[in-house]
Amino acid sequence: MYNIPKFLSKAALVGLVQLCCAAGDAQASWNNPYPQSDHASNVFFSSFRERPKHLDPARSYSSDEYVFVAQIYEPPLQYHYLERPYMLVPLVSDGMPSIRYVDAAGQETLHDLPSGQVAYTVYEFRVKQGVRYQPHPALATRDDGRYRFHDLGPGDLGDIHSLADFGFNGTRELTAEDFVYQIKRIADPRRHSPISGLMAQYIVGFDELRSSLERTLEDTSSDSFVDLRDYTLTGAEVLDRHTYRIRIQGKYPQFLFWQAMPFFAPMPWEAEKFYSQPGMAARNITLDWYPVGTGPFYLAENNPNLRMVMRRNPYFRGEAFPADGSPDDIGLGLLADAGRIMPFVDRAVYSLEKESIPRWNKFLQGYFDDSGIGSDSFDQAVTFTGQGEAVLTENMSERGMSLSTSVETSTYYMGFNMLDDVIGGDGDSARKLRRAISIAVDFEEFISIFANGRGVAAQGPVPPGIFGARSGEAGINPYVYDWVDGRPVRKSLEDALGLMIEAGYAGGIDQSSGESLSLHFEAVSRGPDDKARLNWMRKQFKKLGIQLIVRSTDYNRFREKMLKGTGEIFFWGWNADYPDPENFLFLLYGPNAKAKHNGENASNYQNPQFDRLFMEVKNMDNGPQRQALIDEMVDVARRDAPWIWGFHPKKFSLHHGWVHNIKPNTMANNTLKYIRIDPQLREASTAAWNQPVLWPVWIAAGLLGLSLIPAVVSYRRRERVTAR
Amino acid sequence: MSAYLIRRILYAIPILIGVNLLTFVLFFVVNSPDDIARSQLGDRRVTEEAIQTWKKSHGYHKPVVLNDNEEGFGKITQTIFFEKSIRLFLFDFGQSDSGRDIGHDISQRMWPSLAIALPTLLLGVLLNITFALLIAFFRATYIDFWGVIICVILLSVSTLFYIIGGQFLFSKLLHLVPISGYDTGIDAFKFLILPVIIGIIGGIGTGTRWYRTIFLEEIEKDYVRTARAKGLREGRVLFRHVLRNALIPILTGIVVLLPLLFMGSLITESFFGIPGLGSYTIEGIQRQDFAIVRAMVFLGSVLYIVGLLLTDISYALVDPRVSLR
Amino acid sequence: MLVLFWTDILIFLLVTLATLFALHASRREHLRAPWREVARSGVAMSALVVLLVYVGIGLLDSIHYRPLSHHAENAAETRYSGEALSVFDKLVSGLRERSEKTYSAPFALHLYSRETVEGSDGTRSRQYPRLFHGGAHLSNPDDRNMDIASIAFGAGIKATAAWGLICLILAVVMGRRNGVRVRSSLRAMFVQRNAVNWRAMLVTLLVVMIVAWAALALSGYYHILGTDKVGDDVFYQALKSIRTGLVIGTLTTLVMLPLAVVLGLMAGYFGRWVDDVIQYLYTTLNSIPSVLLIAAAILMLQVYLDNHAAEFASVAERADLRLLFLCLILGVTSWTGLCRYLRAESLKLREVDYVQSARALGAGHFAIIGRHILPNVMHIVLITVVLDFSGLVLAEAVLSYVQIGVDPTTHSWGNMINSARLEMAREPIVWWSLAAAFIFMFSLVLAANLFSDAVRDAFDPRLRSR
Repeated sequence: MYNIPKFLSKAALVGLVQLCCAAGDAQASWNNPYPQSDHASNVFFSSFRERPKHLDPARSYSSDEYVFVAQIYEPPLQYHYLERPYMLVPLVSDGMPSIRYVDAAGQETLHDLPSGQVAYTVYEFRVKQGVRYQPHPALATRDDGRYRFHDLGPGDLGDIHSLADFGFNGTRELTAEDFVYQIKRIADPRRHSPISGLMAQYIVGFDELRSSLERTLEDTSSDSFVDLRDYTLTGAEVLDRHTYRIRIQGKYPQFLFWQAMPFFAPMPWEAEKFYSQPGMAARNITLDWYPVGTGPFYLAENNPNLRMVMRRNPYFRGEAFPADGSPDDIGLGLLADAGRIMPFVDRAVYSLEKESIPRWNKFLQGYFDDSGIGSDSFDQAVTFTGQGEAVLTENMSERGMSLSTSVETSTYYMGFNMLDDVIGGDGDSARKLRRAISIAVDFEEFISIFANGRGVAAQGPVPPGIFGARSGEAGINPYVYDWVDGRPVRKSLEDALGLMIEAGYAGGIDQSSGESLSLHFEAVSRGPDDKARLNWMRKQFKKLGIQLIVRSTDYNRFREKMLKGTGEIFFWGWNADYPDPENFLFLLYGPNAKAKHNGENASNYQNPQFDRLFMEVKNMDNGPQRQALIDEMVDVARRDAPWIWGFHPKKFSLHHGWVHNIKPNTMANNTLKYIRIDPQLREASTAAWNQPVLWPVWIAAGLLGLSLIPAVVSYRRRERVTAR
Repeated sequence: MSAYLIRRILYAIPILIGVNLLTFVLFFVVNSPDDIARSQLGDRRVTEEAIQTWKKSHGYHKPVVLNDNEEGFGKITQTIFFEKSIRLFLFDFGQSDSGRDIGHDISQRMWPSLAIALPTLLLGVLLNITFALLIAFFRATYIDFWGVIICVILLSVSTLFYIIGGQFLFSKLLHLVPISGYDTGIDAFKFLILPVIIGIIGGIGTGTRWYRTIFLEEIEKDYVRTARAKGLREGRVLFRHVLRNALIPILTGIVVLLPLLFMGSLITESFFGIPGLGSYTIEGIQRQDFAIVRAMVFLGSVLYIVGLLLTDISYALVDPRVSLR
Repeated sequence: MLVLFWTDILIFLLVTLATLFALHASRREHLRAPWREVARSGVAMSALVVLLVYVGIGLLDSIHYRPLSHHAENAAETRYSGEALSVFDKLVSGLRERSEKTYSAPFALHLYSRETVEGSDGTRSRQYPRLFHGGAHLSNPDDRNMDIASIAFGAGIKATAAWGLICLILAVVMGRRNGVRVRSSLRAMFVQRNAVNWRAMLVTLLVVMIVAWAALALSGYYHILGTDKVGDDVFYQALKSIRTGLVIGTLTTLVMLPLAVVLGLMAGYFGRWVDDVIQYLYTTLNSIPSVLLIAAAILMLQVYLDNHAAEFASVAERADLRLLFLCLILGVTSWTGLCRYLRAESLKLREVDYVQSARALGAGHFAIIGRHILPNVMHIVLITVVLDFSGLVLAEAVLSYVQIGVDPTTHSWGNMINSARLEMAREPIVWWSLAAAFIFMFSLVLAANLFSDAVRDAFDPRLRSR
């Protein structure tokens, strides 16, 4: 025990030696979170905020999962990377599928028919030849052609902790069978596919398959392998090795958009067989965590607690960078790689980064190549950066960062619950009250404060860039805006106060009862930004003399209120599944009402005229006729004002100078393959930006040393005193 | 001794049952099985049917604590509570609601937690003892006075400021360490420095003050006076007698913490992006993954009880007057 | 119209209790002696001044009323606005009402971010717009520093003068009581050491007064700690947070005390199965991570509030209830420590002679606990209360960080720190919310810690023996 000071000095010495060693390695940045060699190689570095829940394409349905899923699984179609408006192009489908319509009499035709006359639509897909799966143990075979790992015994998994431990991989060619197999998986109740309810309405025979699977599963344990090839799905049949056909009820043009989502990516039956073996799930080796795809990348390291690493799929067939784009794209250098074979990066490393401060700072230090903003939550996007064009400061441009924006195919709105006694309903008073509030809640200010100007105030449900949205004077909402000097100007507060008087709430006092009007805002506590936003919201209502009472709850409670229809005013958003107006207008369709039918119409808006028009517009092909009907619908909705048409956020992508080929694309998720990195530039830049600053450490150590002198002096003195 | 141990272990069972029941009640008062299903299935295009299937396949379709449809024992056994608890006592945590094996995750995530907590504790104790000894040596001088004041100042600063400030200073301005992250093996070193330093600094105030009190108490004792009267030098008295005897309360105070080190720190881990058990718990709460919450609470209480047990044993080991009956 | 919130009622109850205790203690020598020791300590007395300033603000902020509604001024019947204000709000109403559009730095004249501004000739440019209120009285922005200095200097002079007056009054009062002249009583205050360390108190008071006076004078013209994201004054928020901090620090102990004292004494005194049950209770509670307990309780409250939405009409009432609930649940999670101490102590006291003889004389159990045991453990209770206070203030910030703290609409340092996390990530960074929360919280916690240290040293018999 007497040796503690000695021990301490020894520890200090060891620390010093380490410090010196690190200092000797002059070029190394001390704060580099990756192994130094990685930073100089052709690797893309990014981050993810939430660990993905599901990587099973039948299940995955959120953008933070698509970051991985979409690079690994390839559905038949994809969105063109550069073209706008968004356009579907083939991915593993050999050309676009052929479409035939069958009428009630069984007559097949290639021509377009009015939706009422179509009994079935038949899609025929041809699969590209020579497409092969990523290396995977499920596909590994022995010399005799049998699968190596398909009948493992209980002891065989002893040393196996991840997929890499199997030691053998295999591949095989993609067949039409795999696509059909995946559609059957959507019907499998064990997969809990979010779209199985929707697809049951369209794909022929889907319900039958589902119920026969349910019958089978009652007798077998839920983990066991059920070979879906033994079950028939009448609406999906394999014609030959490379052709399959899907038959759906009636006409549903949006069905093709679904074919660009991972739900319809091929799945080899071997994978299900492999993962269903006993002992796999206890080691977290499941299809949900270890995907098997044909895409340009495969998941090499799967540690959702730390990092996810994707590597180039050695069996990838190769795909050429698109050669067609707008003149703007040429100017931005986006066509420099036209025709070159993708993917460009060898690896992509995504690190888990929950907190916004570290994430943003690592981006600034050059350790993330992009600022990693998902489109799911606009709040989150705001929280990272607080940057807009205004904040891409000179300092940042000097560092070669660049910013590109595009309006997202999403809408954020403030909904009124139309079932509410005060604010809802078809009454004239309530309608005027809603309109008055619509004017008073100044979303331009909201965008400038909370989104740093990255968004456009919405004029209706359909965001710009989607068919049906109108620009210019024709596109404004005449109940809230005036067209002045070539731009929309929000009506004055006087107009709103006038509407309040007409509604019977002069100055915020209910004229019939004499009570002051107070409304409830259903808030969800999301994060630190809440307080400012709620304060702002209260200020807006105060302008009209209305007291806004914030009922802040957790998300479950909020959802429950929405389901029961007991909320009053709420803020919600919708992110498009596909770029079609139907995907927005259905949010106001009466039979989709949340409270009654558990649909997505959260404000429970119901207007017979709107509903009738919706049925017409829904399955119509784009054209002037559809535009006219949409205009009519939007006008009905604007008049009733069930929503305050909040805003459409702008997607922005902030990235460093060494990242090329970035164009924000809110529909496509398989964008990693387009990205090209200049590792040398990155290496040089980050090294220059992250030189360790050591002098404060030396000064601090010096001060500490100096402060020891008086202590030692008085120690001596004291020793002498006590010794006496 | 062994009889005592067995008794204590038996005593732990009702506590664990109580903890488990309380967790259950608290969780299910606010979250119905429907809520759990919905938060797992997401928001978009979820049908009632899908929720029912999900509940069924994850065992949430039964009543929570009491099943009125069953007879006899079935009333209790055919419930979510019974089915989910009984396996817990065998340390089989099962799968989380999102489908990952919890035992596997825990076994992976406890090492990063330990990698931070252990050095923080050990270095912290060492540093605190040194400072406390120094202050005790200079007792009743200006060094003592200001030493205590500095301790109070240090412990008046919220942990959040230490973390935010530390990240800002060392990582953003001085570029000395990575802001956050983790890696396995020797690479973990650079990620651990900052959280460990911050953890130590955050604990200096409380620790030094506490140890100082213990030392002072010891110094007042008769044998120390005797030793000093015999003419021993002050430094020697401190190291040879005071420190040795004061170590007993210090070490027994630490023993209760040891098992809980596995649980990690909630705030530090989530700020520094360290994939430990602390951030695992927070994640479970935020994602309302009941299986994770339940498992972590259970693990926490087991470790707590083990800590109490270790304390008793260590008392018996260092102080022969205490016997465990 | 006066409005009583739950926490207001409890705060004044607490103040009453504290006053009663002080009266009680002042009559008993064995209780007065340790307090006299506290009063002799310069550090403790300086800390006390700071604490009293905080408590004063907190109390002013706890008297709520509904002002007359603007619309009702000419109406026949009186009508009150739906929103409750506190006396403190009224005193600093300027601070509350002068809000800007968004961020502005301390003492800034311009917003922190550029905006597109349309010039008189119709051209648009991006520039930093002038603030509506901050420094609006200045015609030439270059005068700002001079202006600040002169206002601060003027305030300093006034504060010093007022302080001198206070000293004089105090000297007169003290002189009259002790029967000495003003001059010698002044000297006694500043030079000599007497029973109460007046010098430390008065010097601290001078510093506090100058700072407060200057801050108030300046805040009439500037946002001295800047504005937040929606343009509200950060200084005002930091001041309003004082009440929240105090409520959590004090009411929690009010909740915890009866539980801990009753159960702790009972466990120790009765022993056997009572002891077993109580030990079981606190071991179980202790072994659940408290974060989880708090999270569940807060969520439960939300469910309750949602089901009874009509009864809690205003934002303030809901926020107040949540604050109260947070105190309750923090009390439930923190009583175990004290309970354990008290159990151990009463276990010892049970065997002491006079307790034994009281029992032999046939005194009832509860009489014995009340008369003999409780008075002998009061010092432990007191020490725990003062020591816990600062820990609870700090805990509030951490809980708000995990989203289970006070209502997001309540002003609290935790909420300020929480939003500041995002501001630190901005470029250029917005540091003033964090700094303001830090300064205000740190001075309160530091003062509380220093004071409680002195109280502990005075009361703890082990330490007193030195």
